[in-house]
Amino acid sequence: MGSRRPGRLISRFIALIYVAVLVLVPLIVITWKTVRPGPSAFWSAISSEQAVTAFRLTAEIALAAVALNTVFGVGLALLIARYRFPGRRLLSALADLPISVSPIVVGLALVLVYGPVDGWFGKGLHDAGIDIIFAVPGMILATTFVSLPLILRELVPVLLEAGTEQEQAARVLGANARQRFVRITVPIIRPALMYGIVLSLARSIGEFGAVLVVSGNVSGAGQTQTVPLLVSERVQQLEPGSYQLAFLLIMVTVLAIVLVSLRRERSGSREPGPNEGALDDLTGGGVAPAVPAQPAGVAPSDSHTIALDKDGPR
Amino acid sequence: MSIEVDSVRKQFGSFVALDEVSLTVADGRLTALLGPSGGGKSTLLRIIGGLEQPDAGSVRINGHDATRVPPQRRNVGFVFQHYAAFKHLTVYRNVAFGLEIRKRPKAEIRERVHELLALVHLEQFADRLPEQLSGGQRQRMALARALAVEPSVLLLDEPFGALDAQVRKELRDWLRRLHDEVHVTTIFVTHDQEEALEVADELVVINAGRIEQVGTPADVYDKPASDFVMSFLGPVTRFEGRLVRPHDLEIFTVDTPDTVSAEIVGLQRIGFEVRVTLSAGAEQSWAQITRGQSEALGLTAGSRVWVRAPR
Amino acid sequence: MSTVVEPAPAASPARTRAARNADGAARLGRGSGLGLGIGVLWLSMLVLIPLAAVVARGFTGGWSGFWDNITDPAALRALRLTVVSSLLVAAINAVMGTLLAWVLVRDSFPGRRLVDLIIDIPFALPTIVAGLVLLAVYGTNSPVGITLLGTQRAIVLGLLFVTLPFVVRSVQPVLQALDTEAEQAAACLGAPPRTIFRRIVLPLLLPSIASGATLAFARAMGEYGSVLLISGGLSRTRVSSMFAYQKIENYDFASAAATATVLLVISLLVIIGLDLIQRAAARRG
Repeated sequence: MGSRRPGRLISRFIALIYVAVLVLVPLIVITWKTVRPGPSAFWSAISSEQAVTAFRLTAEIALAAVALNTVFGVGLALLIARYRFPGRRLLSALADLPISVSPIVVGLALVLVYGPVDGWFGKGLHDAGIDIIFAVPGMILATTFVSLPLILRELVPVLLEAGTEQEQAARVLGANARQRFVRITVPIIRPALMYGIVLSLARSIGEFGAVLVVSGNVSGAGQTQTVPLLVSERVQQLEPGSYQLAFLLIMVTVLAIVLVSLRRERSGSREPGPNEGALDDLTGGGVAPAVPAQPAGVAPSDSHTIALDKDGPR
Repeated sequence: MSIEVDSVRKQFGSFVALDEVSLTVADGRLTALLGPSGGGKSTLLRIIGGLEQPDAGSVRINGHDATRVPPQRRNVGFVFQHYAAFKHLTVYRNVAFGLEIRKRPKAEIRERVHELLALVHLEQFADRLPEQLSGGQRQRMALARALAVEPSVLLLDEPFGALDAQVRKELRDWLRRLHDEVHVTTIFVTHDQEEALEVADELVVINAGRIEQVGTPADVYDKPASDFVMSFLGPVTRFEGRLVRPHDLEIFTVDTPDTVSAEIVGLQRIGFEVRVTLSAGAEQSWAQITRGQSEALGLTAGSRVWVRAPR
Repeated sequence: MSTVVEPAPAASPARTRAARNADGAARLGRGSGLGLGIGVLWLSMLVLIPLAAVVARGFTGGWSGFWDNITDPAALRALRLTVVSSLLVAAINAVMGTLLAWVLVRDSFPGRRLVDLIIDIPFALPTIVAGLVLLAVYGTNSPVGITLLGTQRAIVLGLLFVTLPFVVRSVQPVLQALDTEAEQAAACLGAPPRTIFRRIVLPLLLPSIASGATLAFARAMGEYGSVLLISGGLSRTRVSSMFAYQKIENYDFASAAATATVLLVISLLVIIGLDLIQRAAARRG
């Protein structure tokens, strides 16, 4: 539909310049600063003992966090999407809360409860020999906290959309609860789950602020230094090798984004027609910023509560 | 306001939507563009309205070349199949929109909007939002909105396609009466031949990007220019190697001049009509007669009859 | 109305009332009830109780202690910087994000899909990496000759970087699902393209723009890693999260918790605001 030629070009121009200046230029600069010192510098930056320890620790923490969030994410998603109980909306909001909380606040919160000195539970745990803060468990908790909603929010809309008909059909055919879950529910949520796991993994690998507070930032010792923390140390101590590590993390991020966008494209065409907006309604939602956004915030169930409020004999 | 379309061609990728289409629409008529889906009629309508640009050819509105003129300046009213209502505006504001754009004084707008709402029988819905209206009401609002700016041409793209059969029939009659009252040159697109035959002054049959025939409903129905037009406009059956209308076949129980012998293979009662399936040699045809006729002739399956087709 | 009193139908066992609703939503059974209990426990241990501890600690000195902590000049300065920067960033995003969404949905040019991918990068990057990226470009040895180290402009730039996709991603789906016929109708009625955008498209986008901007605001308020390095450690570029971290390092948990509580309250308001926006939008339908 004829929009003014020059207007369209100007908009395109402004938009592209904005993205280029804000994102492209910095990425190019970083790539250049990584590549310039040469491959041997790159190798020594990522193969030092400290770096390798950091990689291992980051992987350990990230996988643990993602595993926890997957288990609880699936469970909570099923509860929120499939059941009605008082406080359901509150629960959903609570599970969504972590997205809006500053990472420093997250770290502080965990320290206050699980810290060894006067944490609410931490003191008792410390006396019993269990260290959470300033140790790996605390870092896992912090990482789990910040990526908590990512999986959950991908699953709830899918579950709401799919309804329970398929499970009911399976039940009538004789499947028990475990079989229904494995054979029916899991395939339904699998794409969204994969999506959420990738997002969650990328987030967990990259978490900085919360882990910083909770780790006590004991540098050099390496027991509680993840890759982001190492990057920070190298920069602030003016040591070499920060760019190379950062570059690696950027690659991981880009990989995650590419994977996730491929999935998005496969499950619902994103291409609008030549002149028109897409005829397909991707998100199934009108004005509510529901499904695909990583950044979206609020309890996704809210826009769908209407469906669950119907009461009726059947 | 006459419209002349001259050798218009439109392609979407490799798909040719319109192939050298030329058409003249006379002033004040209610013209139907009729044809199967994908045949190009909507494309043609949109080109006339300025919502698409032809790859070749021209469109003249009232003598002026309007081919490259944007829709804003063509003064055409356009009504869409799915109403295209301004969801966030009330019915009143929807209808008033064109007038507000033209910066008419408030009092004039108010008068005109109420006049139109009365015309389409939506006065009591003036403050409602489109979502609170039924499909038929929304379409009437869309019509009022289009008419508000006194367009020289009114274009309707399958205006009743999204509505229930009952509502469709009502609005069809209503459109005809509206046209009789308002006399705006009107072109509407439909794939429903019954609708076209009932409402239009003139029919343009379009298929696969080409115009098959232009004429009055009677012309097009009784003297179809091609097999396609004949099949599209009404029921057909093959008899003696050519297409005829099933209700034009006469059935006799005795040998009569100019008839062909056939066997009744099937007899099906549908309402007050009877569908007689006939087999004459290698060919199978069907005839449509009334129940009365069937009973009078005493037709039964398997009996031999003689069939005459009109010349 | 019959005068015969029918005997009440045999009381249906309570179990059948636990049947599913028309759409499948069920009441909690024993298994799911247990699951809920575990889930609630998990969320409490991980989220609820820790956050409550923050608020509790912030008020250890009572209201006056809390008040003293947050009205401390350094704390106020940090808060003001944070709020102003976040509001600015939300506003810029509202405009640029909408523009970007428009170009991505309605325009087509080679590399459009690439741009679509690139937009997600800053948000998904580890924040410290975003910070390093910024430092690399706008730090002391700036390869583009622009040094912004230690300036408030740099803070805004950093925040813009990490909040880039928020408005874009919340507007995009709405824009894509828009029925362009309404815009075509407006064109036929004589409205020029700019008017069409302003009167027909924008009103329908406002809720999603507001949502995205609100999320951007929330993210910007709490952002730490990406602005840490470029701030240069100066007090004039210390945002609230950095202020709180400093207090933590000095074991002044009460002060840190006070600031954290303020940030939490703002987060809460953000969530409520978003919910209201969504509900208003759903009502308009």
